Amino acid sequence: MKKFEILGNADTRSGFGAGLLEAAQADDRVVGLCADLTGSLKMNAFQDAYPDRFFQAGIAEANMMGMAAGLANGGKIPFTGTFANFSTGRVYDQIRQSIAYSDKNVKICASHAGLTLGEDGATHQILEDLGMMKMLPNMTVINPCDFNQTKAATLAIAKHNGPVYLRFGRPKMPIFTPENQVFEIGKAVTLNEGTDVSIFCTGHLVWKSIEAAQELEERGYSVEIINIHTIKPLDDAAILKSVAKTKCVVTAEEHQMNGGLGDSVCQLLAREMPTPVEMVAVNDRFGESGTPAELMTKYGIDTDDVIAAAERAMARK
Amino acid sequence: MPSSEKLQEIASQVRRDIVRMVHAVNSGHPGGSLGCADYFTALYFELMEHNAEKFNMSGNGEDVFILSNGHISPAFYSVLARSGYFPVDELATFRKLNSRLQGHPATEEHLPGVRVATGSLGQGISFSNGIALQKRLDGDTHFVFCNVGDGELQEGQNWEAIMFAAHNKLNRLIVTVDDNKQQIDGSTLDIMGFTDLGAKFESFGWNVLHMNGNNMDDILDTVKSAQKAAENIDKPTVIIMETDMGQGVDFMMGSHKWHGVAPNDEQLEQALAQLPETLGDY
Repeated sequence: MKKFEILGNADTRSGFGAGLLEAAQADDRVVGLCADLTGSLKMNAFQDAYPDRFFQAGIAEANMMGMAAGLANGGKIPFTGTFANFSTGRVYDQIRQSIAYSDKNVKICASHAGLTLGEDGATHQILEDLGMMKMLPNMTVINPCDFNQTKAATLAIAKHNGPVYLRFGRPKMPIFTPENQVFEIGKAVTLNEGTDVSIFCTGHLVWKSIEAAQELEERGYSVEIINIHTIKPLDDAAILKSVAKTKCVVTAEEHQMNGGLGDSVCQLLAREMPTPVEMVAVNDRFGESGTPAELMTKYGIDTDDVIAAAERAMARK
Repeated sequence: MPSSEKLQEIASQVRRDIVRMVHAVNSGHPGGSLGCADYFTALYFELMEHNAEKFNMSGNGEDVFILSNGHISPAFYSVLARSGYFPVDELATFRKLNSRLQGHPATEEHLPGVRVATGSLGQGISFSNGIALQKRLDGDTHFVFCNVGDGELQEGQNWEAIMFAAHNKLNRLIVTVDDNKQQIDGSTLDIMGFTDLGAKFESFGWNVLHMNGNNMDDILDTVKSAQKAAENIDKPTVIIMETDMGQGVDFMMGSHKWHGVAPNDEQLEQALAQLPETLGDY
């Protein structure tokens, strides 16, 4: 199996902060809005460099989303920043009507997604956001896996015309994708080629899947790992090509089973290529307080869960 | 520059359009539409600097109007068509399948004149704030007009937007509140008796004006003075616009019952008899 060099340890939100600053340097249409969480979103560098292009919305996310749509209408490229919970569920109707249905070029950038928010508990640990966002027509949904990829995704969405939901998180995770990579929206990245099982993973679960694949290789299996950083539009061709070879699937994500990546993959496979699928995801529960590592173990989205799911999937072939 | 009398004549035709559109599909919202017909006519035929023939979604270099209470789309569509945004004949497609004239305004079908979908209430001032910020960044001193319903102000998002506009001194934003004191379930006072709207805006840091939204001279004077004053104040302006729901059709006036009900054939005839045809029916 391919060796993955760990280039460092960082939070994906910092990748967003770095990407936003660079996107703003490259294009003066880029503006930022934040709902009282500039530090958490790592938007300070942008704010300091471009104070006139930064708008503090206060703790008022609904207004922030509507204003972003208005800014986009006249040609700005607005990036909104708040926690994933307040970027989606709290403002679903504003996003639906003013941004998605009205097709405004707004980039909804959402940090602290999922269980790895940790100690704050379930009030803030949204696990439904990908589902809500992917259901909206016109919306592109992206969930990158590490610092470098989040930075690259931020730069890519600035150049993409249309509403985007960009999801990232709080914990420091290994950096293992290349610096200065080109991020192609909607194009899955094959991290390792294999023949026994396909692991389709996204976000923080990409690294967990790599760890799982290393153990599975030790046990004698050949594992294909594909990073699905874009949940919508889904890279159907990459998924079908892999499944035609491996004939069984694991999906892995830090999200509810309902509405997440696994759900999208199952829809595709049910239509095109019925195949055994095992889903590593949170199964219809709210989270709780704890460390990110403890929560991933307790809620069944850790490395061991990916390993077990792969063995179940292969046994069902 | 059209005289006040000429504008009143146009408004009469707009009212005919409203009742005919709503009657034709037996659905839509005539009451609030009739109440706002005078103000919308004044905006599109006199007060706004705008380009009807070559609609530009961005609104750059022109005044922009956002209808937050999207359900009064018949009045909006009529003034858009009558001022040249799209053919007047298209009003006949209102609320029908494959029409650009959706029940509530939308951009998906590319109807010229509509810049954002509205109808789910409470979102228009936020969108207008965004346009005002964008215009300021771009050095464009044109105005953003936004109309909201009085009942609509029960939605909390409005007050987020109202706070923001004052804090950020959006002095090119002019919001009108259609103060007809009615909403679907009855009188606004019975449903959520919040009184003295002007004082609320004032305490949020806005410049507050009042006008009779069914008196053309008052509309022209008030809005023009607001535009003139904007240069010298660092506050957004709200105009509390008193209107009669159903204005112009006697049996529809002053009652919430015509909020979202279409007239039948006989009622249509009665209504049209009260509204002179001035520009020709579509």
